[in-house]
Amino acid sequence: MIVFGRRIPMVASLLLWAILWEIIGQLQVTILLPPLSSVVMRLFEIVPTASFMSALGVTAYAFIVGNVIAIAVGVPLGILMGRSVIADRLFLPWVNLFLSAPLTALVPVIMVIFGLGQTTIILTVVLFAIWIIVLDARAGVRSISPSLVEMAHSFGANRLQAFTRIYLWAALPEILAGIRLGVIRAVKGVIIGQLLVSIVGFGALFKLYGSRFLMEHFWTALLVLFALAFILAESLAWLERRVDFYAASRG
Amino acid sequence: MNAPIALTAARPVTDSVVEVRNLDKIYAGTVQALKDITVDFPRGQLTSLLGPSGCGKTTLLKIIAGLLPASAGEVRVNGKVVSGPGPERAFVFQDFALMPWASVIKNVTFGLEMRGMAKAEREEIARRSIARVGLAGFENRYPHELSGGMRQRVGLARALCVDADVVMMDEPFSAVDEQNRRKFQEELLTLVAQEKKTFIFVTHSIEEAVYVSDRIVLLSPRPGRIAEIIEPDINRDGDTEAIRRHPVYLDTVDAIWYSLKTYLD
Ligand SMILES: Nc1ncnc2c1ncn2[C@@H]1O[C@H](COP(=O)(O)OP(=O)(O)OP(=O)(O)O)[C@@H](O)[C@H]1O
Ligand SMILES: [Mg+2]
Repeated sequence: MIVFGRRIPMVASLLLWAILWEIIGQLQVTILLPPLSSVVMRLFEIVPTASFMSALGVTAYAFIVGNVIAIAVGVPLGILMGRSVIADRLFLPWVNLFLSAPLTALVPVIMVIFGLGQTTIILTVVLFAIWIIVLDARAGVRSISPSLVEMAHSFGANRLQAFTRIYLWAALPEILAGIRLGVIRAVKGVIIGQLLVSIVGFGALFKLYGSRFLMEHFWTALLVLFALAFILAESLAWLERRVDFYAASRG
Repeated sequence: MNAPIALTAARPVTDSVVEVRNLDKIYAGTVQALKDITVDFPRGQLTSLLGPSGCGKTTLLKIIAGLLPASAGEVRVNGKVVSGPGPERAFVFQDFALMPWASVIKNVTFGLEMRGMAKAEREEIARRSIARVGLAGFENRYPHELSGGMRQRVGLARALCVDADVVMMDEPFSAVDEQNRRKFQEELLTLVAQEKKTFIFVTHSIEEAVYVSDRIVLLSPRPGRIAEIIEPDINRDGDTEAIRRHPVYLDTVDAIWYSLKTYLD
């Protein structure tokens, strides 16, 4: 960002908003927005508590398991769709449908079937994350140079070797991009799932804080979640940049 | 007006590694790419497939490589009918076909790895073949760090280190700049002289074909048929530079040009 010919780091704008928040909070415009300083103080107070830690643990668990399932199913499915016309015809309409569908509306359906618990939340994570992972893995496989496939074949690679040595690697930049986008959607999935189920993890905390008007607690939890989601997305983007060099060098 | 110089006629082949018999290739039921191709590739020599764009050179080479099925006819390598790729044949690709995520040595060992050779052994062989193509010291570089010419050397090293009887090259120097191309052509001559391998070389450059080939198979455009087989009588033992000034070289280039001209409209 450049202002009056000077380079201003992105953090500066963040700082500006933080100051604005503090001022509005101090002016006591609304009970909904306590000053940032007291939220930060509260942060040090409640983050180490057992209830907050267990909420974090439960959330992380559903998040990780859901993502692992989404990746373990999504990547092979996407590769299969990229290679087989039949599989593509069979699954592509559904993948596209779910990719753009308002998935939140489906969570109550999962809730009815799987009850108010971790299973529902894990499935919500999968539901949010998987489609973009499938679609990107598919795109990655379709961008493989045909001569690389011929090369593998002509030097004696069998089907399994072609998959593990060529397809998977060649599609890696797209697969990682898909996983990054999927993981970001999964953050929404886990929170929406918990809010709707509302007796697990942050869903329960939010409900508690909200019903008792503990706004500082509420904002603390939000800040922690936002920060975690941001760090997660950035580290995945970093990983992705490391393989980008060869995405560009493909024919 | 001068009549075109008579071409040196092909001698009968006594020992051929690759025999192509009555080969037809029809793409998608409609496009006839090759028609009734019968030709032999003599052992230890370099044979070029030469012809205008679209005449089926790549198609013929890929059928011999076992990468494409023929519509009719058959290909025999060392007497055995070809039904797919095999260890006695290696391919050098026009666009190099290197794995961008793998180092030079990993790319070169690919064929040996697929054969299940132990790591130490295959890297030992690969190092020799990398040195053979003049890339010693670049073993741990990645393809995107190399020039086009060096990348094709990696492709060549990969094909050499599996120790196949037949090395097939589809326009290997077409994506390489002119200076490197000339250097490559000279090195190819040395390679053919030193290695006991049969080379099948696709090009659409007449000069390149005459310069490197013991035998030139001239294909006519669609449907690809064999128009002529030429064996330029050039002594390649001496100075590789002198070949380009050799009268037979110049005459053969001329004669092929006359012969190909009839296909252009
Ligand atoms: N997969 C395919 N499907 C249909 N037609 C094809 C296919 N591949 C090649 N052809 C056609 O077959 C003919 C021969 O193609 P081929 O690639 O073998 O020619 P070539 O001699 O190698 O040409 P170039 O010098 O341009 O590389 C061409 O007319 C081409 O259009
Ligand atoms: Mg071609």
